[in-house]
Amino acid sequence: MRLEGTAICLGEDVDTDLIIAGRYLRTKDRGLWASRAFEDLDPALAKRLKGAIIVAGKNFGCGSSREQAAIALKEAGVVAVIAPSFGRIFFRNAINIGLPLLECECGCTEGAHVRIDLGEGRVSIEGNMYRSRPLSPRMLEILLAGGLVELWRCRR
Amino acid sequence: MSSLSERILAGAEGSYVDREVDRAYVHDGTGVLTLEVWKAMGSPPLRYPERVSIFFDHIAPANNSTTSTLQRELRIFATERGLNFSDVGGGISHQLMAERGVLPGEIVVGADSHTCTLGAFGAFATGMGASDMAAIWAEGATWFRVPETIQIFFEGALSDHAEAKDAALCYLSRLGMDGAIYRALEFRGEAVPDLGMDDRLTICNLAVETGAKAGMFYADGITARYLKERGLEAELQEPEPCRCAGSVDIDLSAISPLVAVPPRVDRVRRVEELQGIPIDQVFVGTCTNGRFSDMERLARGLKGRKVMVRTIVVPASRAVLLASVKAGIVEELLRAGCTIAPPGCGPCLGAHMGVLGEGEVCLSTANRNFTNRMGIGGEVYLASVSTAAASAVKGEIAPPEVLDEA
Repeated sequence: MRLEGTAICLGEDVDTDLIIAGRYLRTKDRGLWASRAFEDLDPALAKRLKGAIIVAGKNFGCGSSREQAAIALKEAGVVAVIAPSFGRIFFRNAINIGLPLLECECGCTEGAHVRIDLGEGRVSIEGNMYRSRPLSPRMLEILLAGGLVELWRCRR
Repeated sequence: MSSLSERILAGAEGSYVDREVDRAYVHDGTGVLTLEVWKAMGSPPLRYPERVSIFFDHIAPANNSTTSTLQRELRIFATERGLNFSDVGGGISHQLMAERGVLPGEIVVGADSHTCTLGAFGAFATGMGASDMAAIWAEGATWFRVPETIQIFFEGALSDHAEAKDAALCYLSRLGMDGAIYRALEFRGEAVPDLGMDDRLTICNLAVETGAKAGMFYADGITARYLKERGLEAELQEPEPCRCAGSVDIDLSAISPLVAVPPRVDRVRRVEELQGIPIDQVFVGTCTNGRFSDMERLARGLKGRKVMVRTIVVPASRAVLLASVKAGIVEELLRAGCTIAPPGCGPCLGAHMGVLGEGEVCLSTANRNFTNRMGIGGEVYLASVSTAAASAVKGEIAPPEVLDEA
């Protein structure tokens, strides 16, 4: 799977409260989560997420188990998230809803064009090549199916 | 020689295994989305309905009719299917699981990050999200990556004013917010027999704040006694030397009361360094520090005194509240000027019953102090119950020693 998008650079330890605040969880309105993504980090960010690849610092998505955090990003049009490490529940959640994550140490330039080869585990940012840690075969299978629900449906 | 994670998950660290789940639970916060995912899967039969529990704790009672409507659907699902269900006022999921008793060696998955609390029983207990939980409802199993282990060795005895919470904040500050990412923590050392179940639950509760997948004590005589009181037999677990990805030595006798400074749980300072910072609210409760021993400690601190700031006390469960009523603790707290809220998560996640306003500061016994967590523009300092009691009496951050003064 090949992906591309525009880099949005974020710092370290971005927690799930920052991705989607607890005050927006009591709804099933995915559009609301998308429009409120990162509100407490930068209220202007949500509008720039369509077609974006987030390149964050370590421990992205730490904190709560709220799957709404991953859904908010996907719903807002985020193509993928790249970070040296992720909160592990967020990691599973994102893969389960079909949002690609790559564990990769790479530099970030705001607005740079980012290319990803998911199968090969390669990231290219403005001509610089990086290798990402490979996903487990199970996670790759879920991701390629488009998510856990889609994989479940395929199998039946 | 294996780690406890390797033994329970029956696989070598770093390997991926599929395992049945012994207990699976959601709360009103994550359960609504779990139910949505399960319906999207085509509403498959539940593989082991007797292993599934649903607890209302996050916004219970509901704060508005939107929440009520969402909860209604989950409540109907739980009751129609005869699942283990705890409604409004029952208490916090992790606490109710602990009161019911979890067996050493079990695999427990909760749709909440603080499921790691139940590692106190020598179980492998970890948090997952709604999709994983819906799949567990359907299949009774899930996949795990067997984590590497970091060992925390506790030596010495806690001094008068230090609590398990301070020990937890201490290891958290040593590891940092990503120090144990993807890994499990094992709590070992000669001080372990001095730590009761409540202490162990508090210590395991904070494991996820280091990024850890689980935090575990080996089941010993204390675990067995606790479970026996609930009519359960426990197999003891003997620690073996094992490969470990790291270790931290902590001398409990050297720990003084600590505070985590917003907005990071690993920015930990001695309370004396923060003494005098004005506060607007004190919050005592949560899956970290809302147990009966915490209520006792709070009442001891406040006995015959008045709180100087609004002080919200939320017992972790109905049983804790009932025991506190019987022991006269509730009366002591009310006389001191505290507000008692119904058992549950309270204002920890900024949803109701004590949400902070712009510029307000809360000293809380909870486990997270992230930006805006308890309300937009509010700040949260995390500390022990004794520090909370002292701070409530002074109206500013204060060390427990101030309660020694007549």
